Amino acid sequence: MRTFYRTLDRRLLRDVALVALADGVVGLSYGAISTGSGFGAWLPVVMSLLVFAGAAQFLFVGLVAAGGSPFAAAVAGLLINSRHLPFGMAVSDVLRGRGRAVGSHLMTDETVAFALAQDDARRRRAAYWACGAGIFVCWNLGVLAGAFAGTVIGDTDAFGLDAAFPAVLLALVLPSLREKQTRQAALAGSAIAVGATPILPAGLPVLLALAGALVLVGWR
Amino acid sequence: MTLLIAIGVLAAGTFAFRFAGPLLQSRIQISPRVQTVMATSAAVLLAAVVATQAVTEGHDFAGFARPVGVAVGGLLAWRNAPFLLVVVSAAAVTALLRLAGVP
Repeated sequence: MRTFYRTLDRRLLRDVALVALADGVVGLSYGAISTGSGFGAWLPVVMSLLVFAGAAQFLFVGLVAAGGSPFAAAVAGLLINSRHLPFGMAVSDVLRGRGRAVGSHLMTDETVAFALAQDDARRRRAAYWACGAGIFVCWNLGVLAGAFAGTVIGDTDAFGLDAAFPAVLLALVLPSLREKQTRQAALAGSAIAVGATPILPAGLPVLLALAGALVLVGWR
Repeated sequence: MTLLIAIGVLAAGTFAFRFAGPLLQSRIQISPRVQTVMATSAAVLLAAVVATQAVTEGHDFAGFARPVGVAVGGLLAWRNAPFLLVVVSAAAVTALLRLAGVP
């Protein structure tokens, strides 16, 4: 444990705490929106513990509340979460040995971004676990409070939280874009993803972006 | 009951996606070159997530407030501003633009 704290300096811990707290606020809104759409309080709480993927959970609740089939909603959620497969390969050096299964469950866009933004293997591991555990605790506490306290916080967009999350990922991914080939692939991928979003189901545009970018710039 | 099974399917499938990479890593030797390609792939995916989250909402354009806020955050990050400032600025700019009536 002592090496863990030494590896993870105060600045990194503070950055991780900020993101975890912001996730907690979104969790509050997820819990409140779910119960507000007529679901029992158990649904957002159980989903957040077992699925633990915000975007997929919001989509699932939205589709089912609008009268869609729960299985179609599950498939739609799985499409969004499919990017965890390449993510898991990218951080597989972090998720070795004991605790591998638990660590995998903590995988989110943010944990992967925090891990990949670190220079050496020990810091990657420390950042991944701190971010994963912090977000898991804050997200689930937020959802629990939101589900039972009801509609205290309805619209987190008023605080600009919807801009905070892409900014978090952007700040973390920027250093890796210094390398020319990665930058070109990322720019091509972003253009593909945005262009495909109006016509493809959620989750597919980023996968298409990955495929397209790798074909365009890499694998030579 | 249907709802519970559907949630189970989503949870199990999501875990399978997350666990496949680490599981594969322990079974087969992955060359440094493949590891590099995977790191690049993750950066491309994250960039694509940033772009779609910043610009779109569902299948539509998200309005101007959010992309402007994210761009301000990105600019600050590029100038090596502290992470806290990047995140808070992005949220604040977007919130203020909305307060001013920008969609």
